[in-house]
Amino acid sequence: MAVTADQGAVRSRATSVSATRGPATRRTRTRVGLALRVVVAVVVSVVMAFPLWVMIVTALSGQSVFSTELDLLPTNITLDNFARVFTAWPIGQWFSNSVTVTALTTIISVIVSVMAGYGFAKLRFPAKTPLFLLLLSTMMIPTQAILVPQFRLVNALGLVGTFWAVIIPGAAATFGIFLARQFMIAIPTELIEAAKIDGAGPVRIFWSIVLPLSKPLLAVLTLLSLMYQWNDFLWPLIVLRDPSLYTLPIGLQFLQGQYQTDYGALMAMTLITVGPLIVLFLVFQRWFVQGFATSGIR
Amino acid sequence: MSQAAALAAGQDAVTPAGRSPRRRGRSLWEPSALLFVGPSVLLALAFLILPMLGTFFYSTQKVSPLTGDTTPLGLENFRTMLGDDTFVRALLNTALFTVITVPLSMALGLALAVLMNSVLPGRKIWRTVVYLPLVISGVSVGLIGTFLYNEVIGVVNKLLVALGASSGIPWQSNGAWAFISVVLVTLWIRVGFSMIIYLASLQAVPPDLYEAAALDGANGWQRFRNVTVPLVGPATFFLIIMNVIYSFQVFDTIFVLTNGGPGNSTEVLGTWAYKVAFGPTRDQGYGAAIGVVIFVLTLVFTIVQWRANRSRDEVA
Repeated sequence: MAVTADQGAVRSRATSVSATRGPATRRTRTRVGLALRVVVAVVVSVVMAFPLWVMIVTALSGQSVFSTELDLLPTNITLDNFARVFTAWPIGQWFSNSVTVTALTTIISVIVSVMAGYGFAKLRFPAKTPLFLLLLSTMMIPTQAILVPQFRLVNALGLVGTFWAVIIPGAAATFGIFLARQFMIAIPTELIEAAKIDGAGPVRIFWSIVLPLSKPLLAVLTLLSLMYQWNDFLWPLIVLRDPSLYTLPIGLQFLQGQYQTDYGALMAMTLITVGPLIVLFLVFQRWFVQGFATSGIR
Repeated sequence: MSQAAALAAGQDAVTPAGRSPRRRGRSLWEPSALLFVGPSVLLALAFLILPMLGTFFYSTQKVSPLTGDTTPLGLENFRTMLGDDTFVRALLNTALFTVITVPLSMALGLALAVLMNSVLPGRKIWRTVVYLPLVISGVSVGLIGTFLYNEVIGVVNKLLVALGASSGIPWQSNGAWAFISVVLVTLWIRVGFSMIIYLASLQAVPPDLYEAAALDGANGWQRFRNVTVPLVGPATFFLIIMNVIYSFQVFDTIFVLTNGGPGNSTEVLGTWAYKVAFGPTRDQGYGAAIGVVIFVLTLVFTIVQWRANRSRDEVA
C-alpha cells in the first residue's frame, strides 16, 4: 500500500502548471484545492461513520429511544442495554458458538486451500488445468442456487442441528484455492527441486519450505475466512434450528423478532456482533484490504 | 497490493507463469498431488458441484414438504414462475436494484479513489472509515438500517425534521422509499469495495502520463476522462462482474431490513428463493427452480461481460 508515485504525480503536475503562471497563483490554487479535498473527505467520512456512530451511541445510552429529540451524543452512559439482553438470552453461548464455528471452519478451509494451492501451482498430475478451471468456476455458484440440494445432503448425512453442518460445507470455499495458487506460483521451483535432491519428501517440502514462505498468504486467507464465517447468515439460518446452537448473526435476527422496538437492546447486541471484527479489522487492516482486493470478496 | 494490481490489470490467471516444457524420462504424475489436491476437490465436488447438478434435478420435481419425497414435474415449476406475481416482481426488483447500485457504487468508488489517491492530510483515516462497513455482517447492517429508517423513532427522520423538513419520509410503509432505503444501505457497504480496487489500479498508473497530458493543455476533467478512466478499465471490468454478481444474490441486508416488504416492493430473487424453499410452504422444488434462474442469470452475465471485454481488448 505504499503510495509514493501518485504524490510525485501531483507534485510534478503542480510544477508544470506553475511554469505558465506565477508562483503565488500556484500556491493559492493548490491551497484551495487541498482545502476542498479535505472538506469532501471529512463530509464523506462523517456520512460513512454515521450509522456505526448511531449504533454505538444507542447501545451505550440510557436515554429512551422514544424521545422525540435527536440525541447524537451519548448521554447517561450505561450498560443497561447489555444487561437486558444478557439476562434474557444466552448471548455468551451464542458468542462462543460463533467463535467455535468460525475458528474450526477457518482452520480447515485455510489448510485445505493452501494444500490445494500448492498442488495446482507446483505439482504435476493429469487433468490439472481442467480440474483447476472446474474449481474456479464454482466461485460463480450463487449460495441460493444450491441451497436445496445442499440442505438435503447435509440432512442425509445426519448433520443438521450440529455445528458440522456449518463447518464442513463452509470449508468448501474455492476462492482460497485460487488465491493460494496465485501466491505459490511465485515461489521459485528451484527451491523445491533442490530440497527434492537433498532427499526431502513432499510433506517435508510443503511443511518446511512452502509454508514458511507463505506467511502473508496465510494471513490474508485466515482473515478473509474469519470475516466470512463470522458474518455468514443464510446457511447457518437453515441448518441451526436449536437456539442453543445459534451463532451471533442468527441470534441477532432472532432478537429482532422478539424486541421489535427495544432498539437499545438490539443495538447492544449488534455491537457485540460487529465489535470483534471491527477491532480485528483495525489491527490487521493492511491484510484485510489486500484480501478484499485480491479475492473480490463482498 | 501487487497481486491485486496484477488481477485488476486482467493478467491471465490460469496459464502458469513460465511453464517449462516437459522433460523426458520424468513421470507426469506425482502421487503426492492426490494428498494435496484431493481434499479440496472432494469438498468442492460434494458441497458445490453435486449440489449444483442437484438443483437442476430438483427444479423439475415436486418435493413433498413433509417427507422430502420427489415426484417428476417436468418444467411445471418454471411455468408456475411466469404466473407468480411475487417472482416476477422479485426478478424486476433484482434487475432494478442491480442497475441502480452497480453504477452508483462504482462511480462513487472511483471518485473516492481519485480523492484518496491525491495529496490529502489524514488520508489513512478517511480510507479506513470508507472501508470499515465492508467487514460488518449483512444482518447487522440490516438491523442498524431498521433503526435508522424507523418512521417514528428513527434517527434519519428525526434529523430531517431537525433540519427543517415538515415531516419524515415513509421509509417503511412506502414501497418506493423502502427500495431507496435498501439501495442507500447497499451503497454504504459497497462503495469501499469499489474504492479498494480502483485505488490499487490507480497506483499502477505511471505519473508521467498525467504530466504529458498537462503539458498538452488537458485540464483536470480531461485528464480524468482521457487518462484515468481508460487506464482503470480492467479494474472496471472486474468490478462490474463482482458487483453485479453480488447484486443478483443480495440477501441478508434486505431480509433483515425490509424482509421484502412493504407488500413485495423490495422482494428480490435471493429472498424469494429462500422464502419459497424454507418458509412455511417449504416448496423446495420451486425454490430450486428459482435457484436455477439466479444461476443462469449469473452465468449469462459473466459470459457476456467476458466476451465484451475480450473483443474490446482486441479492437484496442
